[in-house]
Amino acid sequence: MLNGFRLQSFLRCGVYSVILVVTALLSGCQSGLWNQPYSTQQIESPTLFSSFSSPPKHLDPVVSYSSNEASILGQIYEPPLQYHYLKRPYELEPLTLTTMPKIRYLDAGGNPVTDESAAVYSEYHLTLKPGIRFQPHPAFVTTTSGEQKYANLSDAQLEKIHEISDFNETATRELEASDYVYAIKRMALRQNHSPILDTMNHYIVGLKDFSDTVSSACQSEMDGTTSFKQHFFDLNRFQIKGVQVVDKYNFTIRINGRYPQFKYWLAMNFFAPIAWEVDRFYKQPGLVEKNLTLDTSPVGTGPYMLAENNPNKRMRLLANPNFHKEYYPESGLAEGADPALLQDAGKRLPLVKEVIYSLEKENVPSWNKFLQGYYDASGVSSDSFDQAVAVTASGGMQLTDEMKQKDIQFLNVIQPTIMYLGFNMADPVVGGYSEKQRKLRQALSIAINYEEYISIFLNGRGVAAQGPIPPGIFGYSEGEEGINPYISEWHNGVLQRKSMVAAKKLLAEAGYPDGRQPDGSALTLYFDTPATGPDSKSMLNWYRKQFEKLGIQLVIRATDYNRFQDKVRGAKAQMFVWGWNADYPDPENFLFLLYGGNAVINTNGSGINSANYDNPEFNRLFERIKTMDNTPERLRLIKEMVQIAQKDAPWVWGFYPKSLALYHGWYHNVWPNPLANNTIKYKRVDFETRLEKQKEWNQPVMWPLLILFLVVFGSIYPLVRAYRSRQGSVVLTNKSTEGEA
Amino acid sequence: MFAYIIRRLLFAIPILIGVNLITFALFFMVNTPDDMARAQLGAKQTTPEMIQSWKTEHGYDKPLFFNSESTGLSKISDTLFVEQSLKLFVFDFGQSDSGRQISADIYERMWPSLAIALPTFMIGLITNIALALLIVLFRGSVLDTATMMVAVAIMSISGLFYIIAGQVVFSKVWHWVPISGYEGGWEGIKFLILPILIGVFAGLGGGIRWYRSLFLEEINKDYVRTARAKGLSEIKVLFGHVLQNGLLPILTGVVVVIPTLFMGSLIMESFFGIPGLGSYTIDAINAQDFSIVKAMVFLGSVLYIVGLILTDISYTYFDPRVRLQ
Repeated sequence: MLNGFRLQSFLRCGVYSVILVVTALLSGCQSGLWNQPYSTQQIESPTLFSSFSSPPKHLDPVVSYSSNEASILGQIYEPPLQYHYLKRPYELEPLTLTTMPKIRYLDAGGNPVTDESAAVYSEYHLTLKPGIRFQPHPAFVTTTSGEQKYANLSDAQLEKIHEISDFNETATRELEASDYVYAIKRMALRQNHSPILDTMNHYIVGLKDFSDTVSSACQSEMDGTTSFKQHFFDLNRFQIKGVQVVDKYNFTIRINGRYPQFKYWLAMNFFAPIAWEVDRFYKQPGLVEKNLTLDTSPVGTGPYMLAENNPNKRMRLLANPNFHKEYYPESGLAEGADPALLQDAGKRLPLVKEVIYSLEKENVPSWNKFLQGYYDASGVSSDSFDQAVAVTASGGMQLTDEMKQKDIQFLNVIQPTIMYLGFNMADPVVGGYSEKQRKLRQALSIAINYEEYISIFLNGRGVAAQGPIPPGIFGYSEGEEGINPYISEWHNGVLQRKSMVAAKKLLAEAGYPDGRQPDGSALTLYFDTPATGPDSKSMLNWYRKQFEKLGIQLVIRATDYNRFQDKVRGAKAQMFVWGWNADYPDPENFLFLLYGGNAVINTNGSGINSANYDNPEFNRLFERIKTMDNTPERLRLIKEMVQIAQKDAPWVWGFYPKSLALYHGWYHNVWPNPLANNTIKYKRVDFETRLEKQKEWNQPVMWPLLILFLVVFGSIYPLVRAYRSRQGSVVLTNKSTEGEA
Repeated sequence: MFAYIIRRLLFAIPILIGVNLITFALFFMVNTPDDMARAQLGAKQTTPEMIQSWKTEHGYDKPLFFNSESTGLSKISDTLFVEQSLKLFVFDFGQSDSGRQISADIYERMWPSLAIALPTFMIGLITNIALALLIVLFRGSVLDTATMMVAVAIMSISGLFYIIAGQVVFSKVWHWVPISGYEGGWEGIKFLILPILIGVFAGLGGGIRWYRSLFLEEINKDYVRTARAKGLSEIKVLFGHVLQNGLLPILTGVVVVIPTLFMGSLIMESFFGIPGLGSYTIDAINAQDFSIVKAMVFLGSVLYIVGLILTDISYTYFDPRVRLQ
């Protein structure tokens, strides 16, 4: 096999290999830049380039409940309402409705009442804009007899189908009120596993009964012989008592009692319309086997449609050709916002025609591609923080010179999120409501210096919390008015954490002078955490150090996430760190984390009040504020509740995280809205400037290639010489040996 | 040989049952079906009813190995282990716990993995052998010593360093290739060059040292002396005789790897954005998706067994003294 091999041919092979590699390199980049990761056509068009770090698991709107999924779904589906893009505080506006829902209050007999407080039901009347159409899709194609053309695909047809674009024909139809009602029915079908079903069962009249009926009927129909994914269960045969289609464009939803927060749910994808034809279409076994389901290939009326879904590689959105007329807002600019945000006022949406999300699991490639101009925006990981942001002496943030030279902009916004350290109020040491127990928690709240935590572990990306309600949410107070008097002081216009002297005094009053128990032994507390990796070690040491400041020993109980959850749900953890991200901008969505009725200990582990805080006065006030509109009276009651919680200190009020986003100068209309998911339609890209910058920043450096060639070819000659001389020396040695013999 | 292969395949059945048994035991020692349901349904708003419904639909409401509430054979057959294992033996992997078809996912993701693994393997093998022979050619010289020092240095540095350094130098600084990404067809070559080169380079140290030692063992044998005595050049001796006789130990380590190539590389695919199978299992473990875990462990075991059988068969082709009975 290797007979006849010569050194020259071996070397020739090496040279050919190098040429082959270089040719391949060049052939892959025949047009455009060598390192561009997209096609030239995409780069030279108004396409938005973004990335995602973890693949979305669910794209079915009744199932999906995570932010990375919502960022895709929000562009495709249209629930009845949306958040105004520019206005602050957050304000809802109609999306597919003609006006905001009209609410009627009814008595037990269904008759209208004028006194809202006497209402047994609230009825939301929703009227759709006519003329809204679904994206083009094969599920809407009908035969001449009106039947769905692709509802029963044969094996021969399926053989040619690998993605939705493989269908020859697509069609559309107008959005109807029944599509919204069908979505609610899908939510109620237990087999769909909607995460909000049990919450909505409390509110929507008749939903629980409907859910029980259809779920058991569906189970009977399947009878264990088929999988639910492949079984179309016709929900149109059943009706929800409290959800009625009035006519083509009108429907009503009846709610038990008053629940003003319901309007916020109407801005979430759970209430986005689903066409029954689409549901039926995707239940075909042949499509399910190819991963073509409603969970992977959404169909909506929104500004974009999902043209490519490879969650392990790329998600590609294309502008929906059937998208209804919607225009960039002409007013509502928040105070202090950049007036350039109104540059596109009145223009028809969407402004970007294609969006490409590429999977980037690692920070290094993602960050470098942003710097090369191949991503229009980027977050800032701790690895790249120092390269991107400089923290000023006053604690403010500004871009580094390197970023400024590239005309990179940045936005810094406090998230509607709170991270806190919870005390288990059912614990005999750190829990309880006596004065002494309260003082122990207050002392710890002072000692655990979250300003320091933010500085060390978050690069300043957070604000130390004074209470449970984050900034931007009704009920949050700024400045001196908003301080927690039990842990902070207001000095010369600046908020300061109380001194350790005050903390030690509180600890002594709690019965633990210098962290000693009455028997003289050191007080030992236990901190449960799922943080087990080496990266968490410094953070856990930091917590230990905070407790040491009071002479208290902290025992870290690190465990896996499953065990951690079990402990918290079983009220077996003494202290733990947890967080909450707002579903909607209402204080009820944060205060219910402290409501006694939601305590895990009172709900067999399913409640969301992990600290088991259960103060009767707080509970009584919560019952009142949860059904109130945002009036001065509600504000007063909320402040009263916050004060009660601050005094009881069931949490060490941790911090509200800040998100930091960087974006290039060619990326326009960037305005943070953490609660809205459908914001891509407002964004604009100046792709000509982008192309210019990409060319400027990514010209291949040629000299190393030259050196590489020189080294490769330069090493051939000495090798050949060495080989020949070695061959010669062997011969010589043999001759001399023969001579000796 | 046919009887030998059949016998080996039959031996594989108890091995696969054992592997499956261990997978079930280990997975459910760490994760309960309730944990799995919570991982799939999300932490927010999850109620006991939702968890129960999810478990029932996915069959996780059944006992793991023994159903004391059933009668007769059902005590064994009406269990999670039997229900989920039987399908594996006909390669019916079913749906993942999040609802995706596992076979479709594997089929889609194996090609990008192969696109990197196969060229890396082939080029790496050829380069390692060629360089090892070259060094054997110059054995005892300064080149030999220097190469061995460089090889040890290459081995000592983490593969992650080569990946990050490669991305920074070739993509960020010199702008030769994209930092990450993937495309099918010819367009994809520019995305593959860097990971393949890095893969080959990272394996050079260990490869050269291993093959060099193999060839050095051969170089003093009688047939080599005979070949030299016939007047053959050193290159002909090495590439024509030493290489052929050194193939047997090479095959032992190489053929067994071939079937598993499409399982991909976790770190390489993660850093280069290659949508392969490398992270499929680890992502499933993190997501507590047992359906994927058991399918991939089973598939890995099958491929390893196939690799071992192929190794045995390959011996018969390269060494006439070996016969399978």
